[in-house]
Amino acid sequence: MLKPDIIIAAVANGLLTGAVYALIALGLTLVYGVLHIINFAHGATLTASMFAVFVCHQVFRLDPYVAVFVLTPLFFVLGYLVQRFVIGPASHGNDSNILLVTLGLSIVIENALLATFRSDTRSIDVPYGFSVLEVGPLLLSVPKVVAFVTSFAVAALLGLLLVKTDTGKAIRAVAKEKAGAALVGINVEHVYAITFGIGAACLAIAACLLMPTYLVNPRSGNAFVLVAFTIVVLGGMGSIGGALAGGLIIGVVESLSGLVLGESLGQIGIFLIFILVLLLKPTGLSGARS
Amino acid sequence: MKRASWLSIAVVAAVLAAFPLLLSSNVALNFVTFAGIITLAAQGWNILAGYGGQFSFGHAAFFGTGAYAMALLQVRLGLNPWLALPIAILIGGLVGFVIGALSFRARLRGSYFALVTLAFAEVLRILTNALSFTGGAAGVLIPLRVGIDNMQFQDKRLLYWLVLAFVVGALCLTHAIARSRFGAYLVATRENEDAARALGVDTLAVKLKAITVSAMLTAAAGCFYTQTFLYLDAGIGFGPWISVDALLAPIVGGMGTVFGPLVGAGALLGLGELTKSVFANLTGGAAPGIDLIVFGMLLILTVAFAPQGLMGLVRPFRASSKGGA
Repeated sequence: MLKPDIIIAAVANGLLTGAVYALIALGLTLVYGVLHIINFAHGATLTASMFAVFVCHQVFRLDPYVAVFVLTPLFFVLGYLVQRFVIGPASHGNDSNILLVTLGLSIVIENALLATFRSDTRSIDVPYGFSVLEVGPLLLSVPKVVAFVTSFAVAALLGLLLVKTDTGKAIRAVAKEKAGAALVGINVEHVYAITFGIGAACLAIAACLLMPTYLVNPRSGNAFVLVAFTIVVLGGMGSIGGALAGGLIIGVVESLSGLVLGESLGQIGIFLIFILVLLLKPTGLSGARS
Repeated sequence: MKRASWLSIAVVAAVLAAFPLLLSSNVALNFVTFAGIITLAAQGWNILAGYGGQFSFGHAAFFGTGAYAMALLQVRLGLNPWLALPIAILIGGLVGFVIGALSFRARLRGSYFALVTLAFAEVLRILTNALSFTGGAAGVLIPLRVGIDNMQFQDKRLLYWLVLAFVVGALCLTHAIARSRFGAYLVATRENEDAARALGVDTLAVKLKAITVSAMLTAAAGCFYTQTFLYLDAGIGFGPWISVDALLAPIVGGMGTVFGPLVGAGALLGLGELTKSVFANLTGGAAPGIDLIVFGMLLILTVAFAPQGLMGLVRPFRASSKGGA
């Protein structure tokens, strides 16, 4: 049987990974909450930003923790432009069109990466990649602890931004009632694009946090995108707190089911949760109606 | 041609059947056979999404079920492929019914339905990749034993004609559905599900029927994939590529039209080959995924500028004489 300390280690590891999952899901849930669309290109955008971290490291010798200050604004701008000039105009405001357009975008991004970088799996070498932190009986990987702390900090900052700033108020106004927001002079298209930009910026941060410990290939996003959707559905569409809780839960589930079922079947736990939540309680844990 | 009729289907069938008599190169024959398989899968998607408005992102679940059932019935149970074919199609329909019953009873619509179908396909992919019964990560190999009784043809034209027979059958089926009461219910469900229910349409039953028929057609495509390539692994059977192809062809060709998937599959695969050869000529080497980049752009452009697909572009010329569809 499994020893308790192995299980505790798996739970701790799952929580650390789950925080980054939460950060990935944060962008998705924010976009859903405001635009009421599912951004299917989320996973491909994450892969693209992981490759961006890889290129920064290989070409410019930039440490991922430094690159984050370059890539986050860059991806914000890219996200803004894509929503404003591609997704918005192409989908004519129709939900299923948005789904198809973002699917198209994900196909383009993924295969552009495949054509450029080929299907090899890449990783970067950082001096702290294998350093560990001893907490009681647990050995925690330092980059993962950094990722855990940063993810929560980013979530807190995002919460502050939404509550305190004018932009945040505009975003919330559009999320609640876009016609009303437009009537009081908020530029809805601009707010949509800003929200999309924030979602992409979250991914850039997540990519910088992931790359010291993860591998990337052009198809990596596929694995993450369903995980992120699961978290968003579990946490309740559009809820930031829900995304954090959902992320941690999914991280632990993945880690435990990997332990029990083995490497190849481990991922199935996430999909089963996803299907069960959708079938039984599509409003998520918080139960809020969308 | 814009508006399908039994006559237009017969003409299309005759033209397509004559194809191998004109072009006998193996490359061309393989291409049209593959296009036929994709058309079948796409026609399945078209019935559920084009007519019924239920966008599935996981038709790989049905394609893979058909393909694997076809392979395993032969390899594990020693069934003759001609017997395995109808059984595999029925199993595909059953999987479609079960997935539909679970999802539609939970009232999943729109993006939720798209996501849950994707998740089902992924679960099946992971299971097939892990279980030893399905051959695991190594996949299954159908032993080569050429013979008409074994559905492995020396003359590749026979395989093409067999696939074509199913494609024509799918065209007729779609046309019959579109003209039937069931088809009208299906379109009503797509246009406004609540209104359709208010008028007394049992939308759950309609959607269940649609996903079952849809899954059977796509499973048939999987069966022919198995018989064509005689090899299968989880990434082929249940991989995202077929979910994408199955939805891309009808969207590009024209959703909710009888000929849309056929036109779309031909156009897409043709464009894909063209892109690959042009790119190879320009750079002197192949680049993986280059054709898919074009597909993705085409998807965005179609949604943006030609929401009715290629069939919709035909309309303006016909509108004056026939008054549209």
